[in-house]
Amino acid sequence: MKLSGFPTEGAVPRFNPKPAESGTVMSDFDTGTDEEVIEVGTLPLDAWHRAQGARMVPFAGYHMPIQYAGPFGGIVAEHEWTRTSAGLFDVSHMGQLLLSGPDLDAAVEAVLPIDLSTLKLGQQRYSLFLDEEGGVLDDLMVSRWPEHLYLVVNGATKWDDIGHLREHLPDDITLNHLEDRALLALQGPKAADALARHVTGEYVLSDLTFMKFGQFKLAGHDVTIARAGYTGEDGFEISLPADAAEEIATLLCGEPEVKPIGLGARDSLRLEAGLPLYGHDLSPETSPIEAGLVFGINKRRRTEGGYPGAERINREIAEGTARNWVGLRLEGRMPAREGAEVFAGDTRVGTVTSGGFSPSLGYPIAMAYVAAGHAAPGTALDIEVRNKRLAATVVQTPFVPHRYYRGSK
Amino acid sequence: MARYFTDEHEWIDVDGENATVGITDYAQGQLGDIVFVELPATGTMLDKGGDAAVVESVKAASDVYAPISGEVMETNDALEDDPALVNTSPEEDGWFFKMTVGDKGELEGLMDAKAYKAFCDEL
Repeated sequence: MKLSGFPTEGAVPRFNPKPAESGTVMSDFDTGTDEEVIEVGTLPLDAWHRAQGARMVPFAGYHMPIQYAGPFGGIVAEHEWTRTSAGLFDVSHMGQLLLSGPDLDAAVEAVLPIDLSTLKLGQQRYSLFLDEEGGVLDDLMVSRWPEHLYLVVNGATKWDDIGHLREHLPDDITLNHLEDRALLALQGPKAADALARHVTGEYVLSDLTFMKFGQFKLAGHDVTIARAGYTGEDGFEISLPADAAEEIATLLCGEPEVKPIGLGARDSLRLEAGLPLYGHDLSPETSPIEAGLVFGINKRRRTEGGYPGAERINREIAEGTARNWVGLRLEGRMPAREGAEVFAGDTRVGTVTSGGFSPSLGYPIAMAYVAAGHAAPGTALDIEVRNKRLAATVVQTPFVPHRYYRGSK
Repeated sequence: MARYFTDEHEWIDVDGENATVGITDYAQGQLGDIVFVELPATGTMLDKGGDAAVVESVKAASDVYAPISGEVMETNDALEDDPALVNTSPEEDGWFFKMTVGDKGELEGLMDAKAYKAFCDEL
């Protein structure tokens, strides 16, 4: 059997190699010997992951943990641990960018379909980098810091994003790439309990609700914490000094509720949560409206426009799209992977963009773009895998309900 | 009965004209949690080195190759209900299929247990 790579499909953005700045090359998990890997970068927690028994793979240009050893290691065990307790994810490969300068809001609104007049200090919001045709270049989070906007962008696309911002923002806007910061996500129903033991700040952690952020002290270090994540669970994303990453990761994993979780479970968790992964579910070939991300186009911008791709996107908001990104539940146990074709009878109506076996549900699930007439929940479709037709039904997403913390327990 | 190993991490137990095939403990460890095994139909003619089965882990599909040529005589029905048998008992209860031995000469060049262990230690 083929074991040259692990895994060959899934959480891996397949981007073109590029970034001169980092001296690294985008890579896939599937780094067979025939694939040249020139150089893979090292993140602040590299040695720490290895000490925890992590299996490291090249991902987004860095060595990253796909899963850990031990009785609670492995994708399924790590997945279940996160759904029932709390998991610590190292997402330091992602780009943390800080913008400042005169008329910052207007400058950023020319690049993103966001309404910054309604983004208050301490709030975070989902947004999208779009090309002139409305295709998705990346998705990101935007937070308002004092005098600054703080952006978190995907790891594999961050160098492109930085170039895009430098090209499209006025020269008097300062872009600071926070390469001296690490990013940790603590996710799961017990994340708040574990984190609260170590955090002091301008307000108590229980006042930090979903999509809010604040400045806190964690083990004596200045950190910013956002209540957000990529698992569908309650949780936090913690931006911290890179040189404090080992200390804080060790501290958090010392809590009985917390274990380190790798990229493998991160992908199965986000798939169950129905959250798109850039490079798979989103690309320049997809519009955010097709993907159901209309909330990423803030209300004022839908009428005013003035952002890249506004003409197409605002037309799609008004008139609908020819295809839609939908969830599929498969019969049986055989999963359908990215690239599998979707059929209604003999007619090809779409393509799977993410798919796998759902550890929480015990059956295979997938996300696919399908023709609009076949996108309603309850629609019966077939997915072709290795010349076999698998029966599937369009279902509402998320597959596993979100459990975000919005206050008032 | 003799057990042989391929450099693609299949094992094959040969007993006269018949053989049993599965994947190794090393392979299941690399794949992680196995959620589905697609087995060949009984009667399928396999070619040495050709596709014989597919193992689906949570994240990836991996091909399993035929260690030798021959005809599939029987498949392990237990894997249908409990594919995790491949994780818990890869070299016994988690066998994949039984086949005829088409050409004993094809066994030459396969590894014995000691050689396979040394092969894995090098990986």
